[in-house]
Amino acid sequence: MSSTGQPHHGGSLFSRHHILETSPILLVLGILVMVAIGGLVEIVPLFYLKSTIETVQGMRPYTPLELAGRNIYVREGCYLCHSQMIRSLRDEVERYGHYSLAAESMYDHPFQWGSKRNGPDIARVGGKYTDSWHVAHLIDPRSVVPQSIMPSYGFLMTTALDTRALVDNVATNREVGVPYTDDMMANVMTDLKAQVSPDAPEAAALLKRYPKAVVRKFNPATPEITEGDAVIAYLQMLGTLVDFKLYDDKANLR
Amino acid sequence: MSTDPVQVDRISGQTTTGHEWDGIRELNTPLPRWWLWLFYLTIAFSFAYWIVYPAWPLASSYTAGLFGYTNRGRVAEELAAGQAARMQAAAGLETATLAQIAADPKLTEIALAEGKAAFGDNCTPCHGSGGQGQRGYPNLTAGRWLWGGTLDQIHGTITHGIRADDPDTRASAMPSFGKDGILKPEEVREVANYVRTLGGLEPEQGVDVAAGKKIFADNCSACHGEDGKGNIDMGAPNLTTKVWQYGSDISDLIYTITYARNSVMPAWGKRLDPVTIKSLAVYVHSLGGGT
Repeated sequence: MSSTGQPHHGGSLFSRHHILETSPILLVLGILVMVAIGGLVEIVPLFYLKSTIETVQGMRPYTPLELAGRNIYVREGCYLCHSQMIRSLRDEVERYGHYSLAAESMYDHPFQWGSKRNGPDIARVGGKYTDSWHVAHLIDPRSVVPQSIMPSYGFLMTTALDTRALVDNVATNREVGVPYTDDMMANVMTDLKAQVSPDAPEAAALLKRYPKAVVRKFNPATPEITEGDAVIAYLQMLGTLVDFKLYDDKANLR
Repeated sequence: MSTDPVQVDRISGQTTTGHEWDGIRELNTPLPRWWLWLFYLTIAFSFAYWIVYPAWPLASSYTAGLFGYTNRGRVAEELAAGQAARMQAAAGLETATLAQIAADPKLTEIALAEGKAAFGDNCTPCHGSGGQGQRGYPNLTAGRWLWGGTLDQIHGTITHGIRADDPDTRASAMPSFGKDGILKPEEVREVANYVRTLGGLEPEQGVDVAAGKKIFADNCSACHGEDGKGNIDMGAPNLTTKVWQYGSDISDLIYTITYARNSVMPAWGKRLDPVTIKSLAVYVHSLGGGT
């Protein structure tokens, strides 16, 4: 190496990194190329590989009431303490049930997998507790689970559900690929009311459009539909849609 | 920063980078050897990883790796191994009847251990960590059973639930006497006071308890019995035991008679495996079950 003249750092390829390191523009371009390669290899295949999303029986779009409950779940930030992602680990499967499948989130915009578990995972909480338990638990979590650190969400039981944006919300979901049919689109408000009116004739039509939907007055304290009804309808559906009797575990190993 | 000819630093003998700030120059010290070699090693490791584990996406699949490792396959193996180990300890629970488990101290011990663990995750949210229950959720240690306290009855209740989404669920519906207009509000008050006397509690002043007794005989005794001792075939509670699922205040009783509670318990047959349910039945029976 000379002690004068332009920088010179040897001739081999490995010694030429100073070209990138001394030019901000080249360095940024180089980083972009590297990140693009990573994205192409790691992300793009997820969109075209058929094995990304399992073939399952039973997945359907959310009912209007479940969708409204899901929006409240997002609004209240439930995902900050509850995950909806049972990982494929023995202890999780033994406690929570079958590990979550990609197919179970395919109509989620956005998905609620979460990454924090101050509370338990609730990917399969549907049917585990009764509606009255959920009502009591949302009003005062410590009344049923003494060691709970969950805040009270009692106001959900007294706040009427705001349904003004619901029709548009269903339409938006359809726009981004959730298979809401024309029939579903035309009956959003009817289905919303039918899900809390088990004796109404519309309930049968709802169940036809949305199989396995739970039809009950979830929060019996008020005659009108509250936010509590919507949230509990959503919770009671979580993890119950996929028919695991028809799911082929062996064909979906990955 | 200005460009400065590369020089050799006099003290360290190292060349400079050619950067210079107000007379301060930067030494072009190479990375330590050990660091560099570790870096090369990680690159070599990644090549080995690509070969051994699933790695590269292809047109319609991906490279599966030398040993065909899958995360889901591994958890299936671990679950099977865990189940096998458990079955080794709990051998017999699978085939034994509830009566056989109860008759065999060793099987009982295993079932109790299994049952306690399952109870902790699945039952404590309502029935409490010791089965002590809470308002609206029966105390399992009181020896008083809505749907029967024998091993078989408890097993049936756990499997099919109460007023649950299950064809064989335990079901009965107390009418909403007040809400549906079967009884007038003052009649509800009278019968509520009579029910309090059944449990040995004082009635309110100035309420006609004798009238309440008559209303009880006409409306309630079909399920709760003439003497108020209940009927486990209907899940109608015994009203004479001083165990009050929804409270014994006159207002609580009036609410119960006006609206009816008809509480629900989920059916666990769909959620838990048969051995777990058997173990749970043995455990719950041990808390306060009868013969």
